[in-house]
Amino acid sequence: MTSNTPRAVFAAEWTKMWSIRSTSLTLLLTLVLSTGVSTLIGFSYRDSLEDVINFDSLFVGLYGVTLGQLALVVFGVLIVGSEYSSGSIRASLAAVPQRGLFFSGKILAGTLVALVCSMCTVIVTFISAQAAFGPHGTTLSRDDVPIALVGAVVYLTLICGFSMGVATIVRSSAISLGVLLPLLFLGSQGLGNIPALKPVLQYLPDQAGMELMRIASPPDDTSVGPDYGPGIALVILSAWTAAALIGGYLVLRRRDA
Amino acid sequence: MIEANDLTKRFGRCTAVDGLSFQVQPGRVTGFLGPNGAGKSTTMRMMLGLDRPTSGTVSIDGVPYQRLSDPLRTVGALLDARAVHPRRTALNHLRILARSNGIPARRVREVIELTGLSSVAHRQARTFSLGMSQRLGIAAALLGDPAILVLDEPVNGLDPEGVLWIRKLMRDLATQGRTVFVSSHLMSEVALSVDHLIIIGRGRLLADTSMTAFIDQQSDAGVQVRTPEPQRLHDVLAGAGITVTACADGSLQVAAEAERIGVLAAAHAVTVHEVRRNTASLEEAFMRLTADTVVYRAEQSRGTHR
Repeated sequence: MTSNTPRAVFAAEWTKMWSIRSTSLTLLLTLVLSTGVSTLIGFSYRDSLEDVINFDSLFVGLYGVTLGQLALVVFGVLIVGSEYSSGSIRASLAAVPQRGLFFSGKILAGTLVALVCSMCTVIVTFISAQAAFGPHGTTLSRDDVPIALVGAVVYLTLICGFSMGVATIVRSSAISLGVLLPLLFLGSQGLGNIPALKPVLQYLPDQAGMELMRIASPPDDTSVGPDYGPGIALVILSAWTAAALIGGYLVLRRRDA
Repeated sequence: MIEANDLTKRFGRCTAVDGLSFQVQPGRVTGFLGPNGAGKSTTMRMMLGLDRPTSGTVSIDGVPYQRLSDPLRTVGALLDARAVHPRRTALNHLRILARSNGIPARRVREVIELTGLSSVAHRQARTFSLGMSQRLGIAAALLGDPAILVLDEPVNGLDPEGVLWIRKLMRDLATQGRTVFVSSHLMSEVALSVDHLIIIGRGRLLADTSMTAFIDQQSDAGVQVRTPEPQRLHDVLAGAGITVTACADGSLQVAAEAERIGVLAAAHAVTVHEVRRNTASLEEAFMRLTADTVVYRAEQSRGTHR
């Protein structure tokens, strides 16, 4: 009889995740930050758009997601990092000694929640921001809208998986956030616009993610955003996430708890 | 049964556990003793698959811990009572562990009641005293009703009532045929509750012996006797070739078995108020045994030069 089944481990990780308040807090913050920022942008553009050429309300309307992602990153980091800061990793691994089983249960539970949260966030953000744009808003019926929204959901979910992987590698919430927040925010938002650095920085996960959402490049404008298309962006982002998760698994398997 | 075979763990240049081999048998309480830093916790972490041995093996009923398919139903462990997420309630902590091993929810209620945590089950772990954390850790260890228990310093932080409770619990568990392996850095803590002793120092095995054999070895442990007729008893015992020393408080320190003293006193009709084995000297014997291996020693000469 084996009671340490994948299903049991997943159920345990699910309960574990929801038994601390930071989970619902960070998920709510993801939604609020993303929707709030995008809606505010919508309102502020609404009456001053007459002179802007090449304006894409889809691009601008999803901008809040890049801020919301930070809360989702914190969510991903905390569900892994809190095991190490509290020392509960020892109790967890004594209960589930097969580390691959433990790791996949945790990552699966976290990713599933991140996926649902991302879907809600992206849909609410889109609807709310486009409503705020008023006459300049767009609707789901525009051809490239659904794919951009799917791209945004995939981006958020993968970035959360990336965060969980990084947190497992460094085994600390504080160090994870110290690495991830600059990497995901300062890197592309600031340095990413410096032409000399672009050839390198455009391969960072959030740059790929922005391309995936198609918000990095307004139509007909190739001067902003990476040199590759959404397809390559998905590959790049998946590669980052896979590398972080594989790295996390290897560290978890090798290191003493 | 737990079996360690040439178990070794090095952290960089420091050897924490050095070629340990021993067996922990079912049906008795085995004390795992050694000074602070002797390698007790590291050994226990290797038993639970948390630390990987540098060389050697440790197995649970012949299988490495990582390969157990029902870990919590096989081994219950208390390692670090504070290792609970501070914002998680006691109930949720136990629920999570139970769920990961397919243990029914009713068992969670049972161990909460068994460890006296019912009134605090819904409180976050960060509000717990050390004693309450320790009880939660014991509840977690008992969750799977395991045949093997590994307890690292379980009486740490418990009040006297709690200490008695855990002693009785360990005895009961061993009587039921379970394997109970309990560590301590104090002989006096376990002297009353263990059947077998495994003593280590600086990661090496110093003794693997039954408690009674350990006591017998300490022939100079002696017996303290209080009597209203110290001179007569002294003569009777000395006449039988036993070394007797008079203590400052009027009692006699006798180098013989309590039984023999009783028989002699009765034969000569000497009134005896108390015949007590000198347990303080068990602690001393333990300290003598481990003296060369103590890693952290207080500086004793400080202050005399003032």
